[in-house]
Amino acid sequence: MMTAQWLYGITGCLIVALGLRTALLHTLLLQRVIGINIMGAGVFLVLIAVAYRGPGEAPDPVPQALVLTGIVVAVSATALALALARRLAAEPDNG
Amino acid sequence: MNTTAVLVFDILLVLSLLSLAVATLATRDAHRSVILFMAFGLVLALAWGRLMAPDVALAEAAIGAGLSGALLLAAVREQPRQTLTADTNAVHSGNDAGLKVILQSVATLLCVGLAATLSWALAHALQSAPSNALAQAVQENLATSGVSNPVTAVLLNFRAYDTLLELAVLLTAILGIFALGPARPGYRSAGPVFDSLAHWLVPVLILTAGYLLWVGAQAPGGAFQAGAILAAAGVVLQLSGQRTLGLPQERTLHIVIAAGVGMFLLVGLSLLFLGRPFLGYPPAWASALILLIETAAMLAIAATLALAFLGGRPQSPRLNATGEKPAALSTGTLRAAMHPVRSGTDADTNSGYRNSSNEQKQ
Repeated sequence: MMTAQWLYGITGCLIVALGLRTALLHTLLLQRVIGINIMGAGVFLVLIAVAYRGPGEAPDPVPQALVLTGIVVAVSATALALALARRLAAEPDNG
Repeated sequence: MNTTAVLVFDILLVLSLLSLAVATLATRDAHRSVILFMAFGLVLALAWGRLMAPDVALAEAAIGAGLSGALLLAAVREQPRQTLTADTNAVHSGNDAGLKVILQSVATLLCVGLAATLSWALAHALQSAPSNALAQAVQENLATSGVSNPVTAVLLNFRAYDTLLELAVLLTAILGIFALGPARPGYRSAGPVFDSLAHWLVPVLILTAGYLLWVGAQAPGGAFQAGAILAAAGVVLQLSGQRTLGLPQERTLHIVIAAGVGMFLLVGLSLLFLGRPFLGYPPAWASALILLIETAAMLAIAATLALAFLGGRPQSPRLNATGEKPAALSTGTLRAAMHPVRSGTDADTNSGYRNSSNEQKQ
C-alpha cells in the first residue's frame, strides 16, 4: 500500500481538470496558456506518481524520461502560443 | 524514517500544490497569475524531489518555473493595461448570460468527469501489480548504454528516437515563432547594479550548464537542464540590454538552432552507414557519442529558448558586429544609442518624469 502514489496521483488528476476548465472557459489568451501549462503539470504529476516505487527503491526511469521530454515540449508550445497571441494582438482588428 | 512525518509533509505539499493551482487560475490579474504559476512550478519541483525524480526536479525548476515564467512575464508586459484585469465573467452582453451559464456548467461537468475518469484509470494502474518490465530492461542494459544515470540512458540511448523528435518539436516551434514576425524591441541598457550582477551571473550560469551537461552521465542533470541554464544566461543578457543575447548572428545562429537535430541525424545516419541500426550505438563508443549529441542538443536548446524569449525573428544588429561578448556590457552609452528604447520599458523612470513635471506645474 503506497499512500504517496495515491496522494500525488489523485492531486495530478484534480490539477488536470482545474487547468482544462480554465483553458476552456477563460477569456484571456494568456490565462488559457497558463491553464494548459497547469494541465500539463497535472499529467506529469500522475506519471511521476506511477513511476514512484517507495522509499529506498529505484523509481521507474521511463516515465521520468517521458516527463522530462514533456517539460521541454510544453515550454516550446508555450513560446509558440505566446508568439501567436502577440501576433493576434498586433492585427488591426484585434488591436 | 518516521512515516507519520513524511505523510504530514506529503499532505502539506499536495495541499499547497492544489491551492497554488486554484489561486493561479482564479486570479483576474494576469501579472499575479504568472507569479503564482512560477511559485506553483517551484513547489512542483519540490514534489519531484520527494518522488525521487531529481532529473525532473532540475528541469522543472529551470524550465517549467523559470523560463516559462520569464516568457509569460514578457507577454504580460506587452498587454494593454485594460485587459490586465479583465473580468472572467464579463464575456458577452446580457442576452447571452443564460447561454454562458449553461456553457460554463457543461465545461465544469466535463472537467469533473475527466478528473473522475483519470482517477479511475490511475486506481486501475496502481491496484494491478506494478509492471516493472521496462524498469528492469533499463537496469539490465544500463551497463552497455554508455552512461550510469538511468534517465539519461533512456533519453539518449534506449529511447533516442523520442529525444530526436523532441528536438524537432523545438526546432518547429522556433521556426513558427520566426515566421510570426520580428522580435520585440530590445530592452534599454540596465543600470550599473544589474550590469555588474550580469557580469557575475552569466559566467556562473555558463559554468553551471557545463557541469550539468558533464555530470548528467552518472547523476541528475543532462542536456535539457544545461540548455535551460544556458538560455537563462541569454535572458539575463537580454534584460541587461544586450540585443544579441551572446548568440552568434545570421547563418551561424541558424546552424546552432539546427545543431541538436543535425547532430542526432549525423550520428544516426553514420551508424546506419556502418551497418548498425539507426542510433544503435556500439557500446564502446556510446559514452562519447552521447556526450557529442548532448553538447549539440544543449547548444540548440539554449539558443532556441533564448530566442523564444525574444518572441520573434531576431533583427540583425548591423552596427553591432562585436556585441556578443559579455565584456561589451560596459559600453552602456554606445549600446543605448544603437538600440531603440522600448516605450514604457521603464515604468519607474517614466512615472518619475511625470511626477517631476507635475511638480513643476504646481
